[in-house]
Amino acid sequence: MEYINLAIKAIFVENILLAYFLGMCSYLAVSKKVPTAIGLGLAVIFVLTITSPVNWFVYEYFLKPGAMQWTGNAKLAAMDLSFLKLISFIAIIAAMVQIVEMFIEKVSDTLYNQLGIFLPLITVNCSILGGALFLVEREYDLAESVVFGSASGIGWFLAIVSMAAIRQKLRYSNIPDGLRGLGITMLVTGLIAMAFMAFSGISL
Amino acid sequence: MADATETAEPLLSAKNRKTFKDPFMVNNPITLQVLGICSALAVTAQLKPSLVMGIAVVFVVAGANVTISVIRKFIPVRVRIIVEMTVVATLVILVDQVLRAYAFEVSKQLSLFVGLIITNCIVLGRLEAFAMGNKVWPSFLDGLGNGLSYAAVIAIVGFCREVMGFGQVFGFRVVPQALYDNLGYTNNGLMVLAPGAFIILGLLIWVQRTVSGHVED
Repeated sequence: MEYINLAIKAIFVENILLAYFLGMCSYLAVSKKVPTAIGLGLAVIFVLTITSPVNWFVYEYFLKPGAMQWTGNAKLAAMDLSFLKLISFIAIIAAMVQIVEMFIEKVSDTLYNQLGIFLPLITVNCSILGGALFLVEREYDLAESVVFGSASGIGWFLAIVSMAAIRQKLRYSNIPDGLRGLGITMLVTGLIAMAFMAFSGISL
Repeated sequence: MADATETAEPLLSAKNRKTFKDPFMVNNPITLQVLGICSALAVTAQLKPSLVMGIAVVFVVAGANVTISVIRKFIPVRVRIIVEMTVVATLVILVDQVLRAYAFEVSKQLSLFVGLIITNCIVLGRLEAFAMGNKVWPSFLDGLGNGLSYAAVIAIVGFCREVMGFGQVFGFRVVPQALYDNLGYTNNGLMVLAPGAFIILGLLIWVQRTVSGHVED
């Protein structure tokens, strides 16, 4: 029950894109067509679900103050490496994305061709690194971090797919010159964010 | 790019000045190139964190541009993204530690968004587009120009949101108390929340593009 609650919170109430603005760059760049938006959305769900527990593991057993007690070495146990978390998280994410890419290439050609260009881009998608940093800040445990990771991914997926659908319709409307493209996209995102705010206060 | 002809160029030649000035209006990173929006929105509920964030980004972009430009001839093309990420991450860790030591309150407000400068597309974008192919001094100017124009945009957004959302600037009340008491004026709470950021930035983009005459397809 607690996990469902966490998932609902991550998908709707605290949507990683609409409430925390994470992953905006690729959201704006790749939301022009629905099929590509679906492809990128799926890739983000995938990578977030995989990297969250891995990052959690590394932080918990290597970086946290006193994390290396399992080595039984007093000097290692006293170390606080948490200042290294940024660089190790981004390295893990880059490596995981690379592994995922090679794995997909081996297993399914169709999926690889669909995701193709988006996979490497995910390394610099803020939502992945942001998700990892949230894990640390909110002190989730392993199961919670898996749920949180995948739910944030689903939330991001929902946001980008709905935006792509709206933008396809927007192409046929008469918008003032300066507002076309990015401007109107920001305003519409503002409206979607407002709609998502209606979910706040829901708890199961 | 200009590597073959190592001619001595004056430090502030017309070309260098253009490199520095372009990002402000003609080629603004936020409103025209659509880079670095994440942090532009997240930290701008008030003016002070926006300014600190702006300074941090200026430092990281300029520093990373210079570093990458210095070592650009030794970076194998295949692993350049990883090298760039490492340089950027190192600079961001520096900023994070300095903020924690000297401006703890602000650092708490910015929380994980300082860390997210790593994935701020402006940084990687400038490294890829400029520093990989240019000499050190122009790269520094390019980083400085892009960083400062980014800082200017988020300062404007932060100013608008703080005035409308809290009626304050830097924590000082600017909307007169009499308005609240006599005319029933209230702060616009929406501006403090996420949708306000999107809408303000959308309007800002509209204004900027109308002035600069840029039209998307």
